[in-house]
Amino acid sequence: MADPKTSYQGRIHLLQKELMGRYYQELTTAATSGGPPAAYMLISGNPVELVRAFGMLPVYPEVNALQIAVKKQALPYILKAEELGYSVDNCAYVKADIGLYFSGRQAPFGTVPEPALILCNYVGCNVYLNWFEHLREYSRAEVFFLDIPFVRDPMAPRPEDLAYVVAQLRELIALCERITGRSLDWEYLRHICALSARTGHLWAQIKHLTKHVPCPLDAYFDAVTLMGPLYCLRGSEEGLHFFEEAYREVKERTELGLGPLPEERYRFVIEGPPPWPYLRVFRDLFSRWGAVAVASTYSTVGGLWEFGFAHDPDHPLESIAQHMLYWNLTNRDLLRRYQQIRRYVQEWGAHALVIHSVKSCRLFSAGQGDMREYFTKTLGVPTLLVESDLEDPRYFSEAQMRNRIDAFFEALEHRRLVGAEVRP
Amino acid sequence: MRFAAGVDVGSTQTKAVILNEDGEIVGRGLQDTGANITRAAEQTFGQALRDAGLDREEVLYVVGTGYGRFRVTFGHAQITEISCHARGAAFLFPRTRTVIDMGGQDAKGIKVGPGGEVVDFVMNDKCAAGTGRFLANAADVLGLTLDAIGPLSLHGTHPVRLSTVCTVFVESDIMAYLAQGKRVEDILAGVHSAIAARTVSLVRRVGLEPEITFTGGVSRNIGMVRALEEKLGGAVNVSAEAHYMGALGAALFALERAMHMAPATSPEVAADGPLASRSGVGVGGAGQSAGAGG
Repeated sequence: MADPKTSYQGRIHLLQKELMGRYYQELTTAATSGGPPAAYMLISGNPVELVRAFGMLPVYPEVNALQIAVKKQALPYILKAEELGYSVDNCAYVKADIGLYFSGRQAPFGTVPEPALILCNYVGCNVYLNWFEHLREYSRAEVFFLDIPFVRDPMAPRPEDLAYVVAQLRELIALCERITGRSLDWEYLRHICALSARTGHLWAQIKHLTKHVPCPLDAYFDAVTLMGPLYCLRGSEEGLHFFEEAYREVKERTELGLGPLPEERYRFVIEGPPPWPYLRVFRDLFSRWGAVAVASTYSTVGGLWEFGFAHDPDHPLESIAQHMLYWNLTNRDLLRRYQQIRRYVQEWGAHALVIHSVKSCRLFSAGQGDMREYFTKTLGVPTLLVESDLEDPRYFSEAQMRNRIDAFFEALEHRRLVGAEVRP
Repeated sequence: MRFAAGVDVGSTQTKAVILNEDGEIVGRGLQDTGANITRAAEQTFGQALRDAGLDREEVLYVVGTGYGRFRVTFGHAQITEISCHARGAAFLFPRTRTVIDMGGQDAKGIKVGPGGEVVDFVMNDKCAAGTGRFLANAADVLGLTLDAIGPLSLHGTHPVRLSTVCTVFVESDIMAYLAQGKRVEDILAGVHSAIAARTVSLVRRVGLEPEITFTGGVSRNIGMVRALEEKLGGAVNVSAEAHYMGALGAALFALERAMHMAPATSPEVAADGPLASRSGVGVGGAGQSAGAGG
């Protein structure tokens, strides 16, 4: 029997392609014939609303790096960075981006403009801090480091932390005013926050629709399609329009009982970013078992809208600060991540957890061994831990990956055959 | 009489086992895998057929396992060697709850249920540290055969402490000890001890519930058996069939299916045989793997 091929390409995918194409066209125009100043940012809890309020172009080196990897073009950029002295073990996102910078910023899908502002909006990863320091060193652009305290309090950020971040945002505003030569239009910022609130709400609703059986959208392999627009276009009319269309399609699929695969045999939750250079191969390894991701932690790196966050147009800076501090996956401790996954397993009705560990990312991968223990031993959730890389194609071995995934599903099949409990 | 076979195409060697319907091994085959995986699978199966004195048509069902399982083109299904090792180990040692499997490229820990089913497993990551390849490199640098190093290691009295379990760097580590005048026996004792320590810490992740059965090609190495037992503080099951464990497990899965088929040599309808009622990791007739291409 031939492997079932996942050929799910709905309106969402087509529209995303068109919008991201336009976004990269805009970047290319800015790079080659001038345009709005570009602000480089990090995904984690990104404050794109503020950047947009100044008419600046949001640029995410992480998004550029992963787009390069999806197009199977990462290795030459990575090697270029290694030639410069970056270590083999260094974060491959960083190396792909540094390689891109020293390749005339020419990616296979467009040219990235020089930064006018390098905005390090997440400091939980020391390597990321260094990454943006290096970009500053190479480009001599203005740099701003937002110091975002790591949230340890389980319920909410501390008031003093919130005030600390808001005070820094005001300093950032002054810098953006200097770079763009215009003062902040608070009314416009509120408008952008209102658009973001509506966009985030639609995204959250889509995430909740994946509780349905069959799951209407793969919450990992298809959800990543929605993440580009979520970061690059959030706070714009076209970004909102995209999410209205996406919601409509997913709702329609839910009502029609359509899933991404002909038959949904297993529902799993997945932790960790995908192996971008082998995205399709990786997906097919699950599809052949009829396995669909119903929830993923990776899709909450940029923000945790599905658990209640919304931008507040009446308190724009405070809500941006809340987003950066608390309402994203990476600025929380690992136990909060456990709880998030536990909710997914229980409320989204998953049979299993898959952890994709990333060789070159200690931030994401440290503690995943304990996580595996917690889910297998304490909660009795079948858990598979596999490892490769998010960007570097040299760390992916299809035969080894397939072996682990097949053995895992063989065991789940067995449980089913002998009538043992397989959640849900 | 019905017959079924398992063919385990490993990274280093290909193994084949043929079972009769009483679950007895009637034929074996073994050869280096080499570059032509399909040919290795066919030739090894052919060896097993000759060993059993059977014609190809008499074997009703063939399951392929190991890295090259999708190249067992004459097979009816493919099952990972993780499931097969668990099944084979539980067949030979029914009280097995943990399998430690060390092959040419892999080291695995498998938690096994009462029927030989896989409950949980862990494997070495994309690195050959602690595998058969590590031992092969150590043997090479000492100019010894793979078979010789295990027994020699037992004569080590002051095991050296290796600074690496890296399969590549172990060579320079050994050279350094030789330069210091260390005894070969002590170096080998250190090599075995280092791998055993790494393997035990890997397998600990799935728990180390007794009985523990040691499988895979490396289990033929007495030095490694003793080193593991020392780290574990107790005996491990080792079988003379350890090397064939994956092929045996595959053959057991195959036999389970063959027992549901009409025998080739007699017209009577298959009843559930002794093994058909044994639970096992079944991929069912879902054809999940068949002809899926590697």
